[in-house]
Amino acid sequence: MSATSVNRSDPSGETVGGTAATTPNAPSATREGSRLRRVAGFLALLAGAIVFLFPFYYMIVGAMQREPDPTVSGAFPDPSNLTLANLEAINGRVDLLGSLLNSAIFTGGVILLTLVLGLLAGYSLARLEFRGRALVFGGMLLTLILPFQLLLIPLYVMIVRTYGLADTYLGMIVPFAVNATAVFIFRQFFRSLPAELFDAARIDGASELQILMRVAIPMSKPAILTAVLVSFIGPWNEFLWPFLITKEAAMQPLAVSLANYITTVAASAANPFGAILAGATVLAIPAVVIFLAFQRYFLQTDIGASLKG
Amino acid sequence: MSATPRAEAPARAPVTRRLLGRQPIGALFAAPYVLFWLALFAWPMGLAVVISFRDYFFAAPGAQVERPFVGLDNYAQALSDPVVHRAALNVAIFILINVPLTVVLALVLAAALNTALPLRTMFRSAYYVPYVTASVAMVGVWLWLFSSGGLVNSLAGGLAPDPSWLVNSFWAMPIIALFATWKQLGFYVLLYLAALQNIPETLYEAAKVDGAGVVRRFRAVTVPGVRSATTLVVILATIVGANFFTEPYLLTGGGGPNQASISPVLLMYQEGIQQGEAGYAAAIGVVLAVFVMGVSLVYRRFVEEGEPA
Repeated sequence: MSATSVNRSDPSGETVGGTAATTPNAPSATREGSRLRRVAGFLALLAGAIVFLFPFYYMIVGAMQREPDPTVSGAFPDPSNLTLANLEAINGRVDLLGSLLNSAIFTGGVILLTLVLGLLAGYSLARLEFRGRALVFGGMLLTLILPFQLLLIPLYVMIVRTYGLADTYLGMIVPFAVNATAVFIFRQFFRSLPAELFDAARIDGASELQILMRVAIPMSKPAILTAVLVSFIGPWNEFLWPFLITKEAAMQPLAVSLANYITTVAASAANPFGAILAGATVLAIPAVVIFLAFQRYFLQTDIGASLKG
Repeated sequence: MSATPRAEAPARAPVTRRLLGRQPIGALFAAPYVLFWLALFAWPMGLAVVISFRDYFFAAPGAQVERPFVGLDNYAQALSDPVVHRAALNVAIFILINVPLTVVLALVLAAALNTALPLRTMFRSAYYVPYVTASVAMVGVWLWLFSSGGLVNSLAGGLAPDPSWLVNSFWAMPIIALFATWKQLGFYVLLYLAALQNIPETLYEAAKVDGAGVVRRFRAVTVPGVRSATTLVVILATIVGANFFTEPYLLTGGGGPNQASISPVLLMYQEGIQQGEAGYAAAIGVVLAVFVMGVSLVYRRFVEEGEPA
């Protein structure tokens, strides 16, 4: 198939017919083609960005509209018509600050537990040779393969019924401790450090715990930050598990209290969409801000590769 | 464990080394993770199977109640329940819409991101924003977009379905699949981008020299080059498809209309936790987990066979 015939199927094909007709010789045809492909590529990226970002824009607009206006012109409202009344409305039904605090405690607990377990296990898997290492590694892989829904009922039975941990932070946090991603991040990072570093410390008589605390951890700030960020997003956005185990409104993270507002209270509110979207904005902003501030840690394309070991 | 009585001091070190490894303290480092893994992964996994064979109902913590063994009754009931069939069909609908759409769109956007275009780092971040945002917040926006008087209907005019999208038994499931595709796409774009960056430029050069056009180069170089990424996409999309809960719970009001968008996990929640039929719900979970792992294994084998050694 020649380059010109391909160009004709190009999405931005309007001008292609002309160039194809005047360029029977290959080199200039390819150059034209590549410029058209670049334009098409850019338009595809732009269209993608609009599709991805419009709902965010629309969420904020909807959150600040006095009356819900679902027409096209409603998407571009007069700034003088905007209001924070919806925020007060949702705050009247859902304790926004209390819910945010619950989200923060839940997320913070998961991060702390993940870091401690992940650093220890990651270091041992990367740098220590002990019996059962392959077994530990294999067990961790299993958590990636086995779907969570298998654990849904038994975890509920154990945590809520057997141990009575419903409506507690501990009950919310512990199932997220078995986080293979953090262990992988640390294992991969410690493996990438030169072996001489660890051997030298061992010859100097340092214990493995000292090596971990004084040599490995001080060098692994980027890995720690990546692990913190990756384990922030999951619990902050998590709905199903905290929803299952919290019945008391005072213990619910924001995702759960907002969802309960959507399913129960919204029907009786004056501007339900405005209040829902105001709550959604409050829930979305911390994660989006953290993502934008630390983009390069999220977008490291080698995370996928590191999972292959 | 360490000292065999016959061994002399010099011979002892190699024996313990052979038994426990060179740095047995590694087992101690891995122990916290392993304990959590045992308590919150392995144990509940076994418990899921045990529960699924019993007429299991909830009791107060510590109370001794009889939960009779019922053999395969729960499984027989699950496999003949029309609601389970509907949930399975919905997983199939979800996968059939989500997988092709994700593979095509993610590959196109990743290919465009992989060429030197202006603003491409900005675009890359834009695509990732829905992925890091809470489903509950995003569902709020989609509820408004697709409500009967919403923006989508005011754009669609006479083409708007009646009843509206989310309460329409034909459209509810496709909208859920579309939502999930939109929300996750940024992650898959990144996955493909990493795979594309691993294809050596020389392969394209060689294909060009051999006279291969753009389409031919795409089919002969790009598609095989991203094959393992595609497998990962298919496996992950299958896991997501078997796991979705928030979307039917919130977006279509509890799997409505009339169970048309029921998902297996939502059904497990309704049967197991709302109705207290834990044994039945656990059986659905086991069937689902076997299905997901089976699909993953088949795809993996399929790809490994197709890959040149």
